[in-house]
Amino acid sequence: MSYQANEKGYYGDFGGAFIPEMLYPNVEELRSQYLDIMKEESFQKEFKDLLRDYVGRPTPLYYAKRFSEKYGTKIYLKREDLCHTGAHKVNNTVGQILMAKRLGKDRIIAETGAGQHGVATATVCALMGIECIVYMGEVDIERQAPNVARMKMLGATVVPAKSGSRTLKDATNEAIRDWINNPLNTHYIIGSVVGPHPYPDMVARFQAVISEEIKVQLKEKEGRENPDYVVACVGGGSNAAGAYFHYLDNPEVGIIAVEAAGKGIQSGESAATSALGKEGIIHGSKTLLMQTDDGQITEPYSISAGLDYPGVGPMHANLFRSGRGEFISITDKAAMDAGLELAKLEGIIPAIETSHALAIFEDRKFKKDDIVVINLSGRGDKDLSTYIDYFDL
Amino acid sequence: MNRINKKLQEEQKLLSIYFTAGYPETEDTVSILQELEKNGVDFIEIGLPFSDPLADGPTIQESSTKALKSGMTTNKLFEQLKGIRDSVEIPLIIMGYFNPILQYGVEKFCKKCAETGIDGLIIPDLPVDVYNEQYMQIFEENGLQNIFLITPQTSEERIRFIDSVSNGFIYMVSSASVTGSTSGFGDETKKYFKRVNDMQLKNPQVVGFGISDAESFQQATQYAKGAIIGSAFIKHLNKNGKNKIADFVKSIRPV
Repeated sequence: MSYQANEKGYYGDFGGAFIPEMLYPNVEELRSQYLDIMKEESFQKEFKDLLRDYVGRPTPLYYAKRFSEKYGTKIYLKREDLCHTGAHKVNNTVGQILMAKRLGKDRIIAETGAGQHGVATATVCALMGIECIVYMGEVDIERQAPNVARMKMLGATVVPAKSGSRTLKDATNEAIRDWINNPLNTHYIIGSVVGPHPYPDMVARFQAVISEEIKVQLKEKEGRENPDYVVACVGGGSNAAGAYFHYLDNPEVGIIAVEAAGKGIQSGESAATSALGKEGIIHGSKTLLMQTDDGQITEPYSISAGLDYPGVGPMHANLFRSGRGEFISITDKAAMDAGLELAKLEGIIPAIETSHALAIFEDRKFKKDDIVVINLSGRGDKDLSTYIDYFDL
Repeated sequence: MNRINKKLQEEQKLLSIYFTAGYPETEDTVSILQELEKNGVDFIEIGLPFSDPLADGPTIQESSTKALKSGMTTNKLFEQLKGIRDSVEIPLIIMGYFNPILQYGVEKFCKKCAETGIDGLIIPDLPVDVYNEQYMQIFEENGLQNIFLITPQTSEERIRFIDSVSNGFIYMVSSASVTGSTSGFGDETKKYFKRVNDMQLKNPQVVGFGISDAESFQQATQYAKGAIIGSAFIKHLNKNGKNKIADFVKSIRPV
């Protein structure tokens, strides 16, 4: 049994394409071509060149000596925080902008929550000289002003999503509506391993460069390609999908997914989808999602804007249900403390999303000679004001 | 024979109205249905409100949000519709997104629809292939028609496939848009209506999206059997409450 998507875009029970007919031609155009395009030599060359020269790959795999000593195990950090624009998100947007060009699209739309994916999309659109429209919840626009300004500097138009709860899920709805209204010339760059097939698989493949590099780098450092565990935070789950990708079907490698418990799983203010979600449909995909008994999608909460998505990518829903992945949820407090700790021990200020993955060591113990790779998905610059308020810095 | 099929055999062009259940007030559902029938509407789509209606524009989304806020649920809708067949005879279709139906239980939902006297369902985000593989039998056992959508971008091959699995009418989305976006139809749209009409499908077509007044109703039904009005009616309700429904219907199709 494989934990990759099958040809219909299903991961076990999850995935598929639950889309209105208005989206069928757009999604079908992409579905029928994405694998062939990605396999083209010229595509691979352009993608790899940009990842190297523009994004700054390969990102280092860094042995975190002091952090390891503190927790009595061998911890490596995969430094996605050193990517251009500050997080792994750009791996996907570089891939998708090349995809859009090959599909002949001259207009790009995207959704964004905290603004990281919006910035990564605006960046590659500037690079290629393509029109870029980013949908962002009105509430998020207010609390993420620096990223809104960055997108504008990069030439993107930021459109406030005023419907529903005016956050990420509504921004995603608005982007999908835009795509319905502009079926011919527009490509929708989804920012995570969510949405209708082929998006979860396509985005995972673009992010797969993370685990591809880990294999090579770990071999150099430890003489083996496989760590004992690979750990990543999961909101929608794109950085996790990339970090797990080449290890999914290798049972020697333990997979640990870290979700945001917010103020506690039972507090009513949480984003721990595996614990709180039920099977359903969100944004065209069958997956686990947080919803009322009546099937209305609820608004999650996390101190980290990148983790407060009410669903989770279908790959991760399947990792959870099958037991292949170990799911841990981390509260706001534990995450913030872990972020501060990494700063003090290693001189690296992580994004708060990433801090959730760093926080597992308080309770989850590893053997002394275990090799644990954490995907350090983003840097903390964007979160400074949250860190300042939280720690009264 | 299903009420929808019977209605489709009538001679006149059909006028259908969509409204969101539980809007403007939670308990308005039944009186709006009765009022629409009284004023000569041919069939009705009852919108099951959803938090994230992808295919709808702002008007219908806001009506859904409001209905949900004031406590509308799937159970409540079925309670309200209990006994509806004592007072309303025209075909009734529930239009809803798949997730609330999935949570209710597809089989339980279909049984409840059959008990209530619902004739068909429109579930925009339930794809044809999934329906065929997993749910068709349940729908058929409960005498429910599943109505599929086509758009100007739908290929001829796919239209023919959708026609082959439909047994009521085909919901012809007028343009590449969400609900409530356009008014009046350009030449391209009229060509599309004609093109589909010329395909001689076994199911009649009913046009939806972008119909808001007598003129667009006329244009839409030139080549199609009927037309559905949603957002424009919701706007009317929003402005006038449910007391002037007669005025609205007359403004579309004078008696």
